[in-house]
Amino acid sequence: MLISDTQVEHVARLARLALSAEEKQRFTEQLNAILSYMEQLNEVSTEGVEPTAHVLDLVNVLRDDTVSQTLNADTALSNAPETAHHFFVVPRIVE
Amino acid sequence: MDLASLTIHVLHDKLVSGEVSAMALTEAVLTRLEAVEERLHAYITVTPELARQQAAAADEAFARGEVRSPLQGIPLAIKDNICTQGVRTTCASRILANFTPPYDATVIQCLRSAGAVFVGKANMDEFAMGSSTENSAFGPTRNPWGDLGYIPGGSSGGPAAAVAADACIAALGSDTGGSIRLPAAMTGVVGLKPTYGRVSRFGLVAFASSLDQIGPLTKDVRDAALLLQAIAGHDAHDSTSGNVPVPDYSQELERGVRTLKLGVPREYFVAGMDAEVEQAVRAGIETLRGLGAELVDVSLPHTRYAVATYYILANAEASSNLARYDGVRYGVRTPQTTNLLDMYMRTRAEGFGAEVKRRIMLGTYALSTGYYDAYYKKAQQLRTLFRQDFHQVFTQCDALLAPVSPTAAFRLGERLDDPLQMYLADVCTIPVNLAGLPAMSLPCGFTRQQLPIGLQMIAPPFRETTLLQVAAAFEAATDFHTHKPPLWMGCDA
Repeated sequence: MLISDTQVEHVARLARLALSAEEKQRFTEQLNAILSYMEQLNEVSTEGVEPTAHVLDLVNVLRDDTVSQTLNADTALSNAPETAHHFFVVPRIVE
Repeated sequence: MDLASLTIHVLHDKLVSGEVSAMALTEAVLTRLEAVEERLHAYITVTPELARQQAAAADEAFARGEVRSPLQGIPLAIKDNICTQGVRTTCASRILANFTPPYDATVIQCLRSAGAVFVGKANMDEFAMGSSTENSAFGPTRNPWGDLGYIPGGSSGGPAAAVAADACIAALGSDTGGSIRLPAAMTGVVGLKPTYGRVSRFGLVAFASSLDQIGPLTKDVRDAALLLQAIAGHDAHDSTSGNVPVPDYSQELERGVRTLKLGVPREYFVAGMDAEVEQAVRAGIETLRGLGAELVDVSLPHTRYAVATYYILANAEASSNLARYDGVRYGVRTPQTTNLLDMYMRTRAEGFGAEVKRRIMLGTYALSTGYYDAYYKKAQQLRTLFRQDFHQVFTQCDALLAPVSPTAAFRLGERLDDPLQMYLADVCTIPVNLAGLPAMSLPCGFTRQQLPIGLQMIAPPFRETTLLQVAAAFEAATDFHTHKPPLWMGCDA
Protein backbone atom coordinates (compact mmCIF):
# COMPACT_ATOMS: atom_id res chain seq x y z
CA MET A 1 0.00 0.00 0.00
CA LEU A 2 1.42 3.36 -1.02
CA ILE A 3 -1.10 5.27 1.06
CA SER A 4 -2.86 3.90 4.16
CA ASP A 5 -6.33 4.80 5.36
CA THR A 6 -4.76 6.76 8.23
CA GLN A 7 -2.79 8.80 5.70
CA VAL A 8 -5.96 9.35 3.67
CA GLU A 9 -7.60 10.75 6.80
CA HIS A 10 -4.62 13.00 7.43
CA VAL A 11 -4.62 14.29 3.83
CA ALA A 12 -8.39 14.87 3.96
CA ARG A 13 -7.89 17.02 7.03
CA LEU A 14 -5.09 18.98 5.33
CA ALA A 15 -7.41 19.47 2.35
CA ARG A 16 -10.32 20.50 4.62
CA LEU A 17 -12.58 17.73 3.35
CA ALA A 18 -14.94 15.87 5.70
CA LEU A 19 -15.02 12.39 4.13
CA SER A 20 -17.57 9.70 4.93
CA ALA A 21 -16.33 6.23 5.94
CA GLU A 22 -17.36 4.92 2.55
CA GLU A 23 -15.46 7.74 0.76
CA LYS A 24 -12.34 7.09 2.85
CA GLN A 25 -12.36 3.44 1.87
CA ARG A 26 -13.00 4.14 -1.81
CA PHE A 27 -10.40 6.92 -2.00
CA THR A 28 -7.81 4.73 -0.27
CA GLU A 29 -8.29 2.07 -2.96
CA GLN A 30 -8.38 4.51 -5.87
CA LEU A 31 -5.48 6.64 -4.67
CA ASN A 32 -3.39 3.50 -4.27
CA ALA A 33 -4.17 2.44 -7.84
CA ILE A 34 -3.35 5.91 -9.19
CA LEU A 35 -0.17 6.31 -7.12
CA SER A 36 1.14 2.92 -8.19
CA TYR A 37 0.60 3.98 -11.80
CA MET A 38 2.64 7.10 -11.02
CA GLU A 39 5.49 4.95 -9.71
CA GLN A 40 6.53 4.48 -13.36
CA LEU A 41 8.10 7.95 -13.24
CA ASN A 42 10.89 6.37 -11.19
CA GLU A 43 12.02 4.56 -14.36
CA VAL A 44 13.24 7.91 -15.67
CA SER A 45 16.51 9.29 -14.38
CA THR A 46 16.04 12.97 -13.61
CA GLU A 47 19.35 13.51 -11.90
CA GLY A 48 20.48 17.08 -12.54
CA VAL A 49 17.32 17.98 -14.51
CA GLU A 50 15.97 21.41 -13.59
CA PRO A 51 12.28 21.33 -12.64
CA THR A 52 9.82 23.30 -14.80
CA ALA A 53 7.19 25.21 -12.83
CA HIS A 54 5.74 26.85 -15.93
CA VAL A 55 6.84 27.31 -19.52
CA LEU A 56 7.26 31.06 -19.62
CA ASP A 57 10.55 32.85 -19.08
CA LEU A 58 8.91 35.27 -16.69
CA VAL A 59 10.39 36.21 -13.35
CA ASN A 60 8.70 39.21 -11.77
CA VAL A 61 6.03 41.09 -13.65
CA LEU A 62 5.65 44.58 -12.27
CA ARG A 63 3.13 47.28 -13.02
CA ASP A 64 3.03 50.99 -12.28
CA ASP A 65 1.68 51.85 -8.86
CA THR A 66 -1.30 53.85 -10.03
CA VAL A 67 -4.84 54.23 -8.76
CA SER A 68 -7.40 52.29 -10.80
CA GLN A 69 -10.98 51.11 -10.58
CA THR A 70 -11.59 48.03 -8.42
CA LEU A 71 -14.67 46.29 -7.06
CA ASN A 72 -16.46 48.31 -4.39
CA ALA A 73 -17.36 46.70 -1.05
CA ASP A 74 -21.01 46.04 -1.91
CA THR A 75 -20.07 44.27 -5.12
CA ALA A 76 -17.27 42.32 -3.49
CA LEU A 77 -19.69 41.11 -0.82
CA SER A 78 -22.53 40.38 -3.23
CA ASN A 79 -21.83 36.64 -3.41
CA ALA A 80 -21.02 36.08 0.27
CA PRO A 81 -23.16 33.55 2.18
CA GLU A 82 -23.36 35.88 5.20
CA THR A 83 -22.35 39.50 5.72
CA ALA A 84 -22.78 42.24 8.30
CA HIS A 85 -21.62 45.87 8.33
CA HIS A 86 -19.53 45.37 5.17
CA PHE A 87 -17.77 42.31 6.59
CA PHE A 88 -17.84 38.60 5.77
CA VAL A 89 -19.41 36.66 8.64
CA VAL A 90 -18.03 33.26 9.67
CA PRO A 91 -18.96 30.91 12.53
CA ARG A 92 -17.69 32.00 15.93
CA ILE A 93 -13.95 31.40 16.34
CA VAL A 94 -13.33 32.80 19.84
CA GLU A 95 -15.61 31.83 22.73
CA MET B 1 -31.91 27.63 -45.10
CA ASP B 2 -31.02 26.83 -41.53
CA LEU B 3 -29.09 29.76 -40.14
CA ALA B 4 -27.98 27.91 -36.99
CA SER B 5 -25.98 25.44 -39.07
CA LEU B 6 -23.81 28.09 -40.74
CA THR B 7 -20.32 29.33 -39.88
CA ILE B 8 -19.24 32.70 -38.49
CA HIS B 9 -17.68 33.81 -41.76
CA VAL B 10 -20.67 32.83 -43.93
CA LEU B 11 -23.08 34.50 -41.50
CA HIS B 12 -20.91 37.60 -41.27
CA ASP B 13 -21.33 38.22 -45.00
CA LYS B 14 -25.09 37.82 -44.68
CA LEU B 15 -25.24 40.14 -41.67
CA VAL B 16 -23.17 42.81 -43.38
CA SER B 17 -25.20 42.66 -46.60
CA GLY B 18 -28.42 42.86 -44.60
CA GLU B 19 -29.67 39.52 -45.96
CA VAL B 20 -30.01 38.30 -42.36
CA SER B 21 -30.47 40.25 -39.14
CA ALA B 22 -28.64 39.41 -35.92
CA MET B 23 -32.06 39.04 -34.28
CA ALA B 24 -33.29 36.52 -36.84
CA LEU B 25 -30.04 34.59 -36.48
CA THR B 26 -30.26 34.66 -32.69
CA GLU B 27 -33.87 33.46 -32.77
CA ALA B 28 -32.88 30.63 -35.13
CA VAL B 29 -30.12 29.54 -32.77
CA LEU B 30 -32.36 29.80 -29.69
CA THR B 31 -35.04 27.74 -31.45
CA ARG B 32 -32.53 25.07 -32.37
CA LEU B 33 -31.06 25.13 -28.88
CA GLU B 34 -34.51 24.60 -27.37
CA ALA B 35 -35.26 21.77 -29.78
CA VAL B 36 -32.12 19.78 -28.95
CA GLU B 37 -31.30 20.80 -25.39
CA GLU B 38 -33.59 18.32 -23.66
CA ARG B 39 -31.72 15.47 -25.35
CA LEU B 40 -28.21 16.92 -25.18
CA HIS B 41 -27.99 18.98 -22.01
CA ALA B 42 -25.20 21.07 -23.51
CA TYR B 43 -25.97 24.10 -21.33
CA ILE B 44 -26.12 24.86 -17.63
CA THR B 45 -27.66 28.32 -18.07
CA VAL B 46 -29.38 29.60 -21.22
CA THR B 47 -29.56 33.41 -21.57
CA PRO B 48 -32.23 34.21 -24.21
CA GLU B 49 -32.95 37.71 -22.87
CA LEU B 50 -29.30 38.73 -22.86
CA ALA B 51 -28.89 37.22 -26.34
CA ARG B 52 -31.85 39.22 -27.70
CA GLN B 53 -30.52 42.45 -26.17
CA GLN B 54 -27.10 41.86 -27.70
CA ALA B 55 -28.63 40.92 -31.06
CA ALA B 56 -30.69 44.13 -31.04
CA ALA B 57 -27.56 46.15 -30.27
CA ALA B 58 -25.70 44.38 -33.08
CA ASP B 59 -28.51 45.15 -35.54
CA GLU B 60 -28.49 48.81 -34.51
CA ALA B 61 -24.76 48.91 -35.16
CA PHE B 62 -25.19 47.25 -38.58
CA ALA B 63 -27.92 49.79 -39.37
CA ARG B 64 -25.46 52.60 -38.60
CA GLY B 65 -22.99 50.95 -40.95
CA GLU B 66 -20.80 50.06 -38.02
CA VAL B 67 -19.06 46.67 -38.28
CA ARG B 68 -16.73 46.23 -35.35
CA SER B 69 -15.65 42.64 -35.99
CA PRO B 70 -16.58 39.41 -37.78
CA LEU B 71 -18.24 38.33 -34.52
CA GLN B 72 -20.78 41.15 -34.45
CA GLY B 73 -24.22 39.57 -34.04
CA ILE B 74 -22.85 35.99 -33.85
CA PRO B 75 -24.46 33.74 -31.16
CA LEU B 76 -21.83 32.02 -29.03
CA ALA B 77 -21.77 29.53 -26.15
CA ILE B 78 -19.35 30.09 -23.28
CA LYS B 79 -17.97 27.32 -21.10
CA ASP B 80 -19.28 27.77 -17.58
CA ASN B 81 -15.86 28.30 -16.02
CA ILE B 82 -15.42 31.66 -17.76
CA CYS B 83 -16.76 34.56 -15.69
CA THR B 84 -19.63 36.55 -17.18
CA GLN B 85 -20.73 39.60 -15.25
CA GLY B 86 -24.33 39.21 -14.13
CA VAL B 87 -24.68 35.68 -15.52
CA ARG B 88 -24.32 32.73 -13.14
CA THR B 89 -20.98 30.94 -13.55
CA THR B 90 -20.99 27.56 -11.81
CA CYS B 91 -18.00 25.59 -13.08
CA ALA B 92 -20.56 22.74 -13.04
CA SER B 93 -20.07 22.56 -9.28
CA ARG B 94 -22.57 22.62 -6.43
CA ILE B 95 -20.16 24.85 -4.54
CA LEU B 96 -20.60 27.64 -7.13
CA ALA B 97 -24.24 26.89 -7.96
CA ASN B 98 -25.28 30.40 -6.83
CA PHE B 99 -22.22 32.37 -7.98
CA THR B 100 -22.85 35.42 -10.17
CA PRO B 101 -19.52 37.03 -11.09
CA PRO B 102 -19.23 40.75 -10.40
CA TYR B 103 -16.89 41.12 -13.37
CA ASP B 104 -16.19 39.77 -16.87
CA ALA B 105 -13.30 37.59 -17.89
CA THR B 106 -11.03 39.47 -20.31
CA VAL B 107 -12.10 37.17 -23.17
CA ILE B 108 -15.73 38.05 -22.42
CA GLN B 109 -14.91 41.75 -22.55
CA CYS B 110 -13.20 41.13 -25.90
CA LEU B 111 -16.28 39.37 -27.23
CA ARG B 112 -18.64 42.03 -25.87
CA SER B 113 -16.71 44.78 -27.57
CA ALA B 114 -16.64 42.68 -30.75
CA GLY B 115 -20.45 42.76 -30.63
CA ALA B 116 -20.97 39.02 -30.07
CA VAL B 117 -24.19 37.48 -28.72
CA PHE B 118 -24.14 35.10 -25.70
CA VAL B 119 -26.78 32.37 -25.82
CA GLY B 120 -25.64 30.56 -22.69
CA LYS B 121 -23.13 29.02 -20.36
CA ALA B 122 -22.18 25.52 -21.48
CA ASN B 123 -21.82 22.35 -19.45
CA MET B 124 -18.48 20.84 -18.44
CA ASP B 125 -16.82 18.48 -16.00
CA GLU B 126 -16.82 20.06 -12.55
CA PHE B 127 -13.94 22.57 -12.39
CA ALA B 128 -12.86 21.20 -15.81
CA MET B 129 -11.73 17.96 -14.18
CA GLY B 130 -12.66 15.14 -16.47
CA SER B 131 -12.61 13.74 -19.98
CA SER B 132 -16.30 12.99 -20.49
CA THR B 133 -18.45 15.83 -19.01
CA GLU B 134 -19.98 13.20 -16.71
CA ASN B 135 -18.50 14.98 -13.68
CA SER B 136 -20.94 17.88 -13.95
CA ALA B 137 -23.01 18.46 -10.82
CA PHE B 138 -25.87 19.34 -13.18
CA GLY B 139 -25.80 16.04 -15.10
CA PRO B 140 -23.86 14.87 -18.15
CA THR B 141 -23.96 16.22 -21.71
CA ARG B 142 -24.69 13.68 -24.42
CA ASN B 143 -22.77 13.38 -27.64
CA PRO B 144 -25.06 14.42 -30.52
CA TRP B 145 -23.44 11.65 -32.59
CA GLY B 146 -24.30 7.96 -32.28
CA ASP B 147 -27.42 6.94 -30.38
CA LEU B 148 -27.17 9.66 -27.70
CA GLY B 149 -25.63 7.06 -25.40
CA TYR B 150 -22.07 8.36 -25.81
CA ILE B 151 -20.09 10.93 -23.87
CA PRO B 152 -19.07 14.09 -25.80
CA GLY B 153 -15.54 14.08 -24.39
CA GLY B 154 -14.46 16.57 -21.77
CA SER B 155 -14.09 18.72 -20.06
CA SER B 156 -15.55 21.21 -22.62
CA GLY B 157 -18.23 18.68 -23.60
CA GLY B 158 -21.06 21.23 -23.43
CA PRO B 159 -19.45 23.78 -25.77
CA ALA B 160 -18.41 21.01 -28.20
CA ALA B 161 -21.84 19.35 -28.27
CA ALA B 162 -23.53 22.75 -28.68
CA VAL B 163 -21.34 23.56 -31.71
CA ALA B 164 -21.82 20.08 -33.22
CA ALA B 165 -25.61 20.21 -32.80
CA ASP B 166 -25.95 23.81 -34.06
CA ALA B 167 -27.13 24.96 -30.62
CA CYS B 168 -24.70 27.89 -31.09
CA ILE B 169 -22.51 29.12 -33.95
CA ALA B 170 -19.22 28.76 -32.08
CA ALA B 171 -18.01 28.48 -28.49
CA LEU B 172 -15.22 29.18 -26.06
CA GLY B 173 -13.79 26.32 -24.03
CA SER B 174 -10.72 25.81 -21.90
CA ASP B 175 -7.94 23.24 -22.21
CA THR B 176 -5.77 22.13 -19.28
CA GLY B 177 -4.88 18.62 -20.47
CA GLY B 178 -6.96 18.26 -23.64
CA SER B 179 -10.31 19.73 -22.61
CA ILE B 180 -10.86 21.55 -25.91
CA ARG B 181 -9.27 19.04 -28.28
CA LEU B 182 -10.76 15.85 -26.84
CA PRO B 183 -14.42 16.96 -27.00
CA ALA B 184 -13.80 18.62 -30.38
CA ALA B 185 -12.50 15.27 -31.71
CA MET B 186 -15.34 13.29 -30.17
CA THR B 187 -18.09 15.58 -31.49
CA GLY B 188 -16.56 16.27 -34.91
CA VAL B 189 -15.84 19.99 -34.56
CA VAL B 190 -12.69 22.12 -34.78
CA GLY B 191 -10.96 22.84 -31.46
CA LEU B 192 -7.94 25.09 -30.96
CA LYS B 193 -5.83 25.17 -27.82
CA PRO B 194 -3.63 28.28 -28.10
CA THR B 195 -0.08 28.64 -26.81
CA TYR B 196 0.16 29.08 -23.03
CA GLY B 197 0.13 32.87 -22.65
CA ARG B 198 -1.57 33.63 -25.99
CA VAL B 199 -5.00 34.30 -24.46
CA SER B 200 -5.64 36.01 -21.12
CA ARG B 201 -6.97 33.75 -18.35
CA PHE B 202 -8.21 36.64 -16.25
CA GLY B 203 -11.69 35.54 -15.19
CA LEU B 204 -11.17 31.89 -16.10
CA VAL B 205 -11.81 29.94 -12.90
CA ALA B 206 -8.41 28.46 -12.12
CA PHE B 207 -7.85 24.70 -12.23
CA ALA B 208 -4.13 24.21 -12.92
CA SER B 209 -2.65 27.63 -13.50
CA SER B 210 0.53 26.54 -15.27
CA LEU B 211 -1.53 24.61 -17.85
CA ASP B 212 -4.96 26.27 -18.30
CA GLN B 213 -5.69 28.03 -21.58
CA ILE B 214 -8.89 29.36 -23.21
CA GLY B 215 -9.62 28.64 -26.87
CA PRO B 216 -12.27 28.34 -29.60
CA LEU B 217 -14.52 25.43 -30.65
CA THR B 218 -15.94 26.06 -34.12
CA LYS B 219 -17.55 24.52 -37.19
CA ASP B 220 -14.55 25.13 -39.42
CA VAL B 221 -10.95 26.34 -39.46
CA ARG B 222 -11.64 29.87 -40.65
CA ASP B 223 -14.01 30.35 -37.73
CA ALA B 224 -11.31 29.17 -35.33
CA ALA B 225 -9.00 31.83 -36.77
CA LEU B 226 -11.67 34.53 -36.37
CA LEU B 227 -12.55 33.63 -32.80
CA LEU B 228 -8.88 33.35 -31.77
CA GLN B 229 -8.26 36.74 -33.34
CA ALA B 230 -10.89 38.28 -31.07
CA ILE B 231 -9.44 36.93 -27.81
CA ALA B 232 -5.65 36.72 -28.36
CA GLY B 233 -3.24 39.24 -26.92
CA HIS B 234 -1.55 40.58 -23.84
CA ASP B 235 -3.65 41.56 -20.83
CA ALA B 236 -2.41 43.60 -17.91
CA HIS B 237 -4.78 41.61 -15.70
CA ASP B 238 -2.97 38.34 -16.51
CA SER B 239 0.76 38.59 -15.97
CA THR B 240 1.24 35.19 -17.66
CA SER B 241 -0.20 36.47 -20.94
CA GLY B 242 2.57 36.92 -23.47
CA ASN B 243 3.55 40.32 -24.77
CA VAL B 244 3.91 38.90 -28.28
CA PRO B 245 2.40 40.59 -31.36
CA VAL B 246 -0.86 38.99 -32.54
CA PRO B 247 -0.66 38.08 -36.24
CA ASP B 248 -3.59 38.10 -38.66
CA TYR B 249 -4.76 34.53 -38.20
CA SER B 250 -6.84 34.47 -41.38
CA GLN B 251 -3.90 35.56 -43.51
CA GLU B 252 -2.23 32.23 -44.13
CA LEU B 253 -5.26 30.00 -44.46
CA GLU B 254 -4.77 29.53 -48.17
CA ARG B 255 -1.01 29.09 -48.29
CA GLY B 256 -1.15 25.29 -48.51
CA VAL B 257 1.38 22.84 -47.08
CA ARG B 258 3.87 22.43 -49.91
CA THR B 259 6.65 24.20 -48.07
CA LEU B 260 6.04 22.41 -44.77
CA LYS B 261 7.69 19.50 -43.06
CA LEU B 262 5.24 17.66 -40.82
CA GLY B 263 6.45 15.27 -38.13
CA VAL B 264 4.62 12.09 -37.14
CA PRO B 265 5.58 11.16 -33.56
CA ARG B 266 5.59 7.36 -33.42
CA GLU B 267 4.88 7.20 -29.67
CA TYR B 268 1.45 8.80 -30.16
CA PHE B 269 0.19 5.67 -31.88
CA VAL B 270 -0.07 3.99 -28.51
CA ALA B 271 -0.63 0.31 -27.81
CA GLY B 272 -4.33 -0.37 -27.41
CA MET B 273 -5.26 2.33 -29.86
CA ASP B 274 -8.55 1.69 -31.63
CA ALA B 275 -7.90 0.34 -35.15
CA GLU B 276 -10.53 2.55 -36.81
CA VAL B 277 -9.10 5.64 -35.13
CA GLU B 278 -5.57 4.78 -36.18
CA GLN B 279 -6.71 4.16 -39.75
CA ALA B 280 -8.53 7.49 -39.99
CA VAL B 281 -5.61 9.43 -38.48
CA ARG B 282 -3.09 7.75 -40.79
CA ALA B 283 -5.36 8.44 -43.76
CA GLY B 284 -5.50 12.09 -42.69
CA ILE B 285 -1.72 12.23 -42.56
CA GLU B 286 -1.59 10.73 -46.07
CA THR B 287 -4.02 13.42 -47.25
CA LEU B 288 -1.53 16.07 -46.15
CA ARG B 289 1.30 14.22 -47.88
CA GLY B 290 -0.87 14.21 -51.01
CA LEU B 291 -1.23 17.98 -50.67
CA GLY B 292 2.52 18.35 -50.85
CA ALA B 293 3.71 18.29 -47.25
CA GLU B 294 6.90 16.41 -46.52
CA LEU B 295 6.39 13.87 -43.74
CA VAL B 296 9.10 12.96 -41.25
CA ASP B 297 9.06 10.21 -38.68
CA VAL B 298 9.94 11.70 -35.28
CA SER B 299 10.20 10.53 -31.69
CA LEU B 300 8.94 12.06 -28.45
CA PRO B 301 10.45 9.47 -26.13
CA HIS B 302 8.83 10.52 -22.85
CA THR B 303 5.24 10.35 -24.11
CA ARG B 304 4.37 7.28 -22.04
CA TYR B 305 5.03 9.23 -18.85
CA ALA B 306 2.67 12.07 -19.77
CA VAL B 307 -0.40 10.90 -17.89
CA ALA B 308 1.46 10.27 -14.63
CA THR B 309 3.35 13.57 -14.87
CA TYR B 310 0.24 15.56 -15.66
CA TYR B 311 -1.97 14.08 -12.96
CA ILE B 312 0.61 14.95 -10.32
CA LEU B 313 1.18 18.53 -11.49
CA ALA B 314 -2.41 19.39 -12.40
CA ASN B 315 -3.80 17.97 -9.17
CA ALA B 316 -1.16 19.64 -7.04
CA GLU B 317 -2.04 22.99 -8.59
CA ALA B 318 -5.76 22.22 -8.29
CA SER B 319 -5.51 21.37 -4.62
CA SER B 320 -3.98 24.78 -4.05
CA ASN B 321 -6.34 26.70 -6.37
CA LEU B 322 -9.47 25.10 -4.93
CA ALA B 323 -8.51 26.00 -1.36
CA ARG B 324 -10.36 29.26 -1.98
CA TYR B 325 -13.76 27.51 -1.85
CA ASP B 326 -14.27 27.81 1.87
CA GLY B 327 -17.83 29.08 2.16
CA VAL B 328 -16.74 32.53 3.27
CA ARG B 329 -16.61 35.00 0.38
CA TYR B 330 -18.73 33.36 -2.32
CA GLY B 331 -20.26 30.04 -3.19
CA VAL B 332 -22.45 27.74 -1.17
CA ARG B 333 -21.94 27.36 2.59
CA THR B 334 -23.21 24.39 4.56
CA PRO B 335 -25.51 25.79 7.26
CA GLN B 336 -25.51 24.95 10.95
CA THR B 337 -21.90 24.03 11.50
CA THR B 338 -20.30 24.04 14.93
CA ASN B 339 -17.14 26.03 14.28
CA LEU B 340 -15.01 27.45 11.48
CA LEU B 341 -13.06 24.26 10.74
CA ASP B 342 -16.26 22.23 10.72
CA MET B 343 -17.80 24.79 8.36
CA TYR B 344 -14.85 24.52 5.95
CA MET B 345 -14.78 20.74 6.02
CA ARG B 346 -18.50 20.19 5.55
CA THR B 347 -18.94 22.98 3.00
CA ARG B 348 -16.20 21.46 0.86
CA ALA B 349 -17.43 17.89 1.44
CA GLU B 350 -20.93 18.80 0.30
CA GLY B 351 -19.92 21.30 -2.37
CA PHE B 352 -17.42 19.22 -4.36
CA GLY B 353 -18.16 16.08 -6.39
CA ALA B 354 -16.23 12.81 -6.19
CA GLU B 355 -13.67 13.51 -8.94
CA VAL B 356 -12.83 16.96 -7.58
CA LYS B 357 -12.33 15.54 -4.10
CA ARG B 358 -10.20 12.72 -5.46
CA ARG B 359 -7.96 15.20 -7.27
CA ILE B 360 -7.70 17.55 -4.30
CA MET B 361 -6.68 14.54 -2.21
CA LEU B 362 -4.06 13.43 -4.74
CA GLY B 363 -2.69 16.94 -5.12
CA THR B 364 -2.58 17.58 -1.39
CA TYR B 365 -0.78 14.28 -0.88
CA ALA B 366 1.75 15.05 -3.63
CA LEU B 367 2.54 18.39 -2.01
CA SER B 368 2.60 17.16 1.58
CA THR B 369 5.69 16.92 3.75
CA GLY B 370 7.78 13.89 2.88
CA TYR B 371 6.22 13.29 -0.56
CA TYR B 372 6.94 16.57 -2.33
CA ASP B 373 10.26 15.46 -3.86
CA ALA B 374 9.03 12.00 -4.83
CA TYR B 375 5.97 13.27 -6.68
CA TYR B 376 5.78 17.00 -7.34
CA LYS B 377 9.44 17.75 -7.94
CA LYS B 378 9.90 14.55 -9.93
CA ALA B 379 6.95 15.49 -12.17
CA GLN B 380 8.33 19.01 -12.65
CA GLN B 381 11.62 17.47 -13.79
CA LEU B 382 9.76 15.21 -16.21
CA ARG B 383 8.07 18.34 -17.48
CA THR B 384 11.47 19.72 -18.45
CA LEU B 385 12.13 16.51 -20.41
CA PHE B 386 8.81 16.90 -22.27
CA ARG B 387 9.79 20.42 -23.26
CA GLN B 388 13.17 19.20 -24.46
CA ASP B 389 11.52 16.43 -26.51
CA PHE B 390 9.37 18.97 -28.35
CA HIS B 391 12.21 21.44 -28.73
CA GLN B 392 14.23 18.68 -30.38
CA VAL B 393 11.50 17.58 -32.84
CA PHE B 394 10.74 21.14 -33.87
CA THR B 395 14.27 21.40 -35.20
CA GLN B 396 13.24 18.66 -37.66
CA CYS B 397 9.74 19.79 -38.66
CA ASP B 398 7.27 22.71 -38.67
CA ALA B 399 4.39 20.94 -36.95
CA LEU B 400 3.33 17.51 -35.72
CA LEU B 401 0.43 15.27 -36.77
CA ALA B 402 -1.03 12.82 -34.28
CA PRO B 403 -4.25 11.33 -32.94
CA VAL B 404 -6.22 13.37 -30.40
CA SER B 405 -7.26 10.32 -28.43
CA PRO B 406 -6.66 6.58 -28.75
CA THR B 407 -10.41 5.96 -29.09
CA ALA B 408 -13.56 7.64 -30.30
CA ALA B 409 -16.26 8.60 -27.78
CA PHE B 410 -17.06 5.92 -25.20
CA ARG B 411 -20.40 5.09 -23.63
CA LEU B 412 -21.85 7.10 -20.76
CA GLY B 413 -20.88 5.45 -17.48
CA GLU B 414 -18.30 3.16 -19.09
CA ARG B 415 -15.24 4.61 -17.33
CA LEU B 416 -16.83 6.35 -14.36
CA ASP B 417 -15.73 3.76 -11.81
CA ASP B 418 -12.18 3.60 -13.11
CA PRO B 419 -10.53 7.02 -12.84
CA LEU B 420 -7.22 5.76 -14.20
CA GLN B 421 -8.86 4.43 -17.38
CA MET B 422 -10.56 7.81 -17.78
CA TYR B 423 -7.21 9.62 -17.40
CA LEU B 424 -5.67 7.53 -20.19
CA ALA B 425 -8.01 9.19 -22.73
CA ASP B 426 -5.72 12.22 -22.42
CA VAL B 427 -2.40 10.56 -23.26
CA CYS B 428 -2.05 12.29 -26.66
CA THR B 429 -3.22 15.73 -25.56
CA ILE B 430 -1.47 16.21 -22.21
CA PRO B 431 2.14 16.61 -23.46
CA VAL B 432 1.07 19.74 -25.36
CA ASN B 433 -0.10 21.41 -22.14
CA LEU B 434 3.01 20.36 -20.25
CA ALA B 435 5.11 22.10 -22.91
CA GLY B 436 2.71 25.07 -23.33
CA LEU B 437 2.28 24.52 -27.08
CA PRO B 438 -0.58 25.40 -29.42
CA ALA B 439 -2.55 22.48 -30.91
CA MET B 440 -5.72 21.79 -32.84
CA SER B 441 -8.20 19.00 -33.33
CA LEU B 442 -9.79 18.58 -36.75
CA PRO B 443 -12.47 16.13 -37.89
CA CYS B 444 -10.74 13.38 -39.93
CA GLY B 445 -13.22 10.52 -40.13
CA PHE B 446 -15.91 8.42 -38.51
CA THR B 447 -16.09 4.99 -36.93
CA ARG B 448 -18.58 2.39 -38.13
CA GLN B 449 -20.89 3.61 -35.31
CA GLN B 450 -20.77 7.06 -36.91
CA LEU B 451 -18.65 8.53 -34.11
CA PRO B 452 -16.25 11.32 -35.14
CA ILE B 453 -12.46 10.92 -35.08
CA GLY B 454 -10.01 13.79 -34.60
CA LEU B 455 -6.62 14.56 -36.14
CA GLN B 456 -4.33 16.55 -33.87
CA MET B 457 -1.86 19.16 -35.10
CA ILE B 458 0.80 20.55 -32.77
CA ALA B 459 3.08 23.54 -33.43
CA PRO B 460 5.91 25.42 -31.68
CA PRO B 461 4.96 28.23 -29.25
CA PHE B 462 3.04 31.13 -30.83
CA ARG B 463 2.88 29.34 -34.19
CA GLU B 464 -0.92 29.20 -34.33
CA THR B 465 -0.55 30.49 -37.89
CA THR B 466 1.19 27.23 -38.88
CA LEU B 467 -1.57 25.17 -37.26
CA LEU B 468 -4.25 27.11 -39.08
CA GLN B 469 -2.35 26.86 -42.36
CA VAL B 470 -2.12 23.06 -42.13
CA ALA B 471 -5.67 22.74 -40.84
CA ALA B 472 -7.14 24.89 -43.60
CA ALA B 473 -5.34 22.86 -46.26
CA PHE B 474 -6.62 19.62 -44.75
CA GLU B 475 -10.15 20.95 -44.46
CA ALA B 476 -10.20 22.22 -48.04
CA ALA B 477 -9.30 18.72 -49.25
CA THR B 478 -11.83 16.83 -47.10
CA ASP B 479 -15.51 17.09 -46.16
CA PHE B 480 -15.59 15.61 -42.64
CA HIS B 481 -16.34 19.01 -41.11
CA THR B 482 -19.52 19.33 -43.19
CA HIS B 483 -21.16 16.20 -41.74
CA LYS B 484 -23.95 16.82 -39.27
CA PRO B 485 -24.92 14.46 -36.44
CA PRO B 486 -28.12 12.42 -36.91
CA LEU B 487 -29.68 14.40 -34.08
CA TRP B 488 -29.59 17.37 -36.37
CA MET B 489 -31.97 15.69 -38.79
CA GLY B 490 -35.25 15.29 -36.91
CA CYS B 491 -35.44 18.69 -35.24
CA ASP B 492 -35.80 21.38 -37.84
CA ALA B 493 -35.91 24.87 -36.51
